[in-house]
Amino acid sequence: MSRFDILVTYDVNTETSEGRKRLRKVAIACQDYGQRVQKSVFECRVTQSQYEKLSHRLYKIIKPNQDSIRFYKLLGGRENCVESFGVDTFVDFDDPLII
Amino acid sequence: MKVVLNTLYIQTHGAYLHLDHETLKIKTEERNHQFPLHHLGGIVLFGNVSISPFLIHRCAADGRDVIWLSEYGTFQARLSGKTTGNVLLRRAQFCLSQNDQGTLDTAKYMLAGKLQNTRHVLQRAGREAKGDSDQIPLNECAELYRQSIHNCQNANDLDQLRGIEGYAAKSYFAVFSHMIRSNRDVFSFTERSKRPPKDPINALLSFAYTLLANECIAACEGVGLDPQVGFLHTIRSGRPALALDLMEEFRVILGDRFVLTVINRNQIKPDDFIDRPGGAVYLTENGRKTFLTAYQKRKQEEVPHLLLKEKIPLGLVPHVQARLLARYIRGDTPAYQPFILR
Repeated sequence: MSRFDILVTYDVNTETSEGRKRLRKVAIACQDYGQRVQKSVFECRVTQSQYEKLSHRLYKIIKPNQDSIRFYKLLGGRENCVESFGVDTFVDFDDPLII
Repeated sequence: MKVVLNTLYIQTHGAYLHLDHETLKIKTEERNHQFPLHHLGGIVLFGNVSISPFLIHRCAADGRDVIWLSEYGTFQARLSGKTTGNVLLRRAQFCLSQNDQGTLDTAKYMLAGKLQNTRHVLQRAGREAKGDSDQIPLNECAELYRQSIHNCQNANDLDQLRGIEGYAAKSYFAVFSHMIRSNRDVFSFTERSKRPPKDPINALLSFAYTLLANECIAACEGVGLDPQVGFLHTIRSGRPALALDLMEEFRVILGDRFVLTVINRNQIKPDDFIDRPGGAVYLTENGRKTFLTAYQKRKQEEVPHLLLKEKIPLGLVPHVQARLLARYIRGDTPAYQPFILR
């Protein structure tokens, strides 16, 4: 049950109201598994089964001929793969969480 | 193998926690937070923090711990979901606890683990101590522990065993202050006091034991053992005797040794404490935060497990030991092997 980091990015066509609805649903699904780091970019730390669940759920929401979703697997962990400049709202959920 | 999930500690006065899809949302006066639930193995709430019924239901269903502590960190309540686990295992546990010889043997294994770990800590402190005034009492006490381990093997009944433990613990706490290296004037230790703790060291020890006890209860529940039916500790209404038994072998590692580390590294300072009427001493909100952060970090450190022959995070050790205990109770292994930290 090892976990790995993934990057989820998406483009959802928002010309129609159904499109905007899909966009919201995609964001909620991503939020359930990770956190928003840019407007349509999420970083998630998941197990293989959580990854399958998330990708399946997203696949059911989107319209394949109008929208696109990409998963990037950050092999080697996000600390080695990600360099960030500017505003960074990322919180490591594995660090001590004390509020 | 199980992942050590993170524990969320909420100590902000007036915070409100609720469920939003698969995430946990926290509202505080200053800002809001949102965490995916799958990162969290447990939630610990201090004082005036509210939590929505639906989040409680969800945590009960997932087997996620929710623990309520007072604002000073004393245990108030914990969430317990449906009775789960294997009824056959629980029955085996009850049968073993009815059997005098079985109870004595089990208690011996557990106490031997505690004595061994305490002896290691004393020996290490003896090596690290500067000057004979600290070194000699520590080494003497370590030698006494060697004797106690020997006596523990030959004990004929539980009372004798508890006597050995009591005597060993008394002499251990008598030399405890020799292990303190920073701010010795404030962190002086004379005797163990609880409900309420009467000095900073006792406040830290009590707090660490509370956190550890909750983890041991969770570990017992996790494998389907009844946390109240113990061997070394007598059964008493409302007392998690088995969890306290299991805790004995970690007490000195995750409790005492950890408390000494935060003091000796100057992480916790004399001004992290407040005096309360009646002579009680408690941690301030800031001090508690430092302490919890260090505790979480400590749990993530990997230690070698002698029986599994691999490295596992310290936070997982109670769960592994609970599993080994269950195996022994079920009769799959002839003896219970306590966790020994090298």
